[in-house]
Amino acid sequence: MLAYIGRRISIALLILFGSTYLTYNLAAYSGDPLAGIRESTDPKKEAIMAELSRFYQLDVPPPARYFLWIQKIFGIGTGQIDFGLTAKRLSVLDEISAAIPTTLRLVTVATFLAIILGITFGVLSAIRQYSRLDYTLTFLSFFLFSLPIFWVAVMLKEYLVIQFNTFLEDPTINIVSNLLISAVLAVVITGFVSGTRKRVLITWGATFAILMVVLQIASLISWFRQPSLGIFGVAILGISTSVGLTHVFAGLGNKKALYAGLAATGVGVAFYYPFGQIMNASGNYALFGGLALLMLSMSYFIGYFFTKIDKGPVIRSAMLSAFFVSFFVVVDKFMQAWAPYYTLTDGKPMQTDGAYNLTLETNDFWVLNLDLITHLALPTLALTLISFAGYLRYSRASLLEVLNMDYVRTARAKGMPEREVILRHAFRNSMLPLTTLVAFDIAGIVGGAIITERVFSWRGMGSLANEAIVNQDLNLLMATFAITAFLAVMATLVADLLYSVLDPRIRIRK
Amino acid sequence: MAINSKKTKKAAAEVEQNSEVGKDVIQIQGLSQGQIIRKKFFAHKPAVAGLIFMILFTLFVFSASGIHLGSEKDPFTIQGWWKFAHTDTILTSDCPTGCPTWNHPMGYVPTQAKDYFALVMRGSEISLMVMVVIGSLGGLIGTVMGSVSGFFGGIIDAVMMRFTDFIITVPSILIGAVIGYRMGNLGVLPLAVFLGLFAWTGLTRLVRGEFLSLREREFVDAARVAGASNTRIIFKHILPNSVGVIIVSTTLLLSGAILTETGLSFLGFGVQYPDVSLGVLISEHQGEFIYAPWLFWWPGVIIVAIALSINFIGDGLRDAFDPRQRRQLKRKDYLAKTSTRDAVNKK
Repeated sequence: MLAYIGRRISIALLILFGSTYLTYNLAAYSGDPLAGIRESTDPKKEAIMAELSRFYQLDVPPPARYFLWIQKIFGIGTGQIDFGLTAKRLSVLDEISAAIPTTLRLVTVATFLAIILGITFGVLSAIRQYSRLDYTLTFLSFFLFSLPIFWVAVMLKEYLVIQFNTFLEDPTINIVSNLLISAVLAVVITGFVSGTRKRVLITWGATFAILMVVLQIASLISWFRQPSLGIFGVAILGISTSVGLTHVFAGLGNKKALYAGLAATGVGVAFYYPFGQIMNASGNYALFGGLALLMLSMSYFIGYFFTKIDKGPVIRSAMLSAFFVSFFVVVDKFMQAWAPYYTLTDGKPMQTDGAYNLTLETNDFWVLNLDLITHLALPTLALTLISFAGYLRYSRASLLEVLNMDYVRTARAKGMPEREVILRHAFRNSMLPLTTLVAFDIAGIVGGAIITERVFSWRGMGSLANEAIVNQDLNLLMATFAITAFLAVMATLVADLLYSVLDPRIRIRK
Repeated sequence: MAINSKKTKKAAAEVEQNSEVGKDVIQIQGLSQGQIIRKKFFAHKPAVAGLIFMILFTLFVFSASGIHLGSEKDPFTIQGWWKFAHTDTILTSDCPTGCPTWNHPMGYVPTQAKDYFALVMRGSEISLMVMVVIGSLGGLIGTVMGSVSGFFGGIIDAVMMRFTDFIITVPSILIGAVIGYRMGNLGVLPLAVFLGLFAWTGLTRLVRGEFLSLREREFVDAARVAGASNTRIIFKHILPNSVGVIIVSTTLLLSGAILTETGLSFLGFGVQYPDVSLGVLISEHQGEFIYAPWLFWWPGVIIVAIALSINFIGDGLRDAFDPRQRRQLKRKDYLAKTSTRDAVNKK
């Protein structure tokens, strides 16, 4: 295995070399950095051209110039990494290292959300094949798959952000819109319920009533301006998610799992006030990460010590519950930062452009991060909507494929509960092809970011690549190329290794 | 069984009748593979709707804006039935804001003095052509590479997969941008071909994955033991089983292709002036979303409609080709069928 990995890495390096060589020549030959100056009538034209030629090393033909470029990158001779200078004489390395975190922020959340939601709904759609839910999700996924992001973004900006900001000026919902919103949302939620018509109608009615009351109260106490969950809200949400997740992943019959999940939730709720004290306005990411880790490891041990046999589902239930209850606690903290943020942004809290607000006058950890979130919300929504469809389609198709297999029938025939059949037998195998898809998505991040960053005016890798193409800036373009290529190579390598580890049928040596 | 006895009896009677005459059996046996596929496809309503839309829309677009091929010096042009061309300058409109009128059904662009219907038709034409070129090139290369690589394995697989990795590392949108932006004067065809040459990687990996797992299955061993050649195993045994994956990913490729092209054009890197594409139109008019929404809506709606239809056609084809997939039974029909079987068995 080690030899295999070593071989793959050396091949990956070769591929990287080949692809950068190809793109370098392609880019160098298809553009003329002197084009702009060639047509000018400047009397010092010749001198400028000579200067530029020296700067771009145009006397060396591209196939050979590539080696000068790569030599600098590895710092051969100089001892330091040097990606060269941009057309504006800035260090490419500085530009890139400023852009990478921005792009990562833009795509990470969206990718994770898309994967998790896509798989969840794909699985739901597959196990309820040909149901109303399945048809709706299929249609939805096709529709989302057909949406051009640059078109959706313009609409989302107008209808979601600007209208929402307008709504916040007077955050009350009148009774008619409340009825409408509740009715529509109730239909959406009821869509996940299967069963007889009576059961569906009862569910719809109950959901409708609850939603209406909640929205009405929220509207009355101006909740959208000063949102918060409070310890009771966190507890209620935490307990219900814990019970729900246990029901899905372990079954409520598994009392150990249920108790472990509830215990983890209890710990989370107990941490509500201490967490607010520790992570106050002057909190930082290290502390935050440490607390999150503490919570998760604690829940692991809760799960571990709750039972002696079949620890898997119990630990899973405890950890998932802990994750969600912590999530609600954090959401609550952000909600408390909403009111000050609202005043700081002059009543326009949701943002359409840029990665963060430069003029925000605060040092509050929560407000600053809330600012990042409000900027991130729209691009994340747009990106998630679009890549969600792909994951949904593939996970549905692949689970259906596996569900048709004989070993699934065997598992059912020996009397296994359907939950176990799906989770332990079918689901794991069906997720194999998705490793490839995830790898591809990661490889395509910069390519996709070009459009997204343009639409939402972010300054990340995509906008750098964009700028480089327009300005015929070879050094900058090649730097973005090289990083994209590196990401792509790593992603495929990891996918292949994962695939061979996960699926023993696919032999890596042959 | 949760079904009333009256229905059961009736259904049972029908089955009895049918089995006496043997109508069912004869009908099923009489269908060829092609007929079964066609029948299944036409039973898939969204797919049929998508197909009809695509045919009508393509005819409409191409006949409206005419066909423009060949180079600038030696053009080959067939005039369309629409009175304006996308290059015509029209100085006045009946509506001062450029809103849709009888003369300009999709509006009028005051800043460019152009008829918007002509622009949209030309843009759709370009986008459709680019899409077909990318899709067919990518689909063909992807299927061949994937099946050869997955079936033969070993050194062939290793070399081909490394080549695929090599192509994956070159992001097609960046390549399209470099090619389209710097060589845009060559027209759309080179751009489309170039994008097609880089678009097959996803398909290849999926097809390969499918072949890799299918070739380990018993029926392939059985075919080999029976003396089938590699060609026969590939074409008769593995390919029909992976046709679903191929078709689904090719349709995804097609709908992805139109999104890639319009995206590139939106950025200003794809189709270049004086030609238009739906992406160019959206990019030009996104700022007018509030004041002249018709300029913004039409191209977007057309992109969505094309991509959606293709996805539906793909879904229909996959259902039709999948040999394991039987007719889609609705729950009600399924209950009726099982209950009649029970009724018959009881007898």
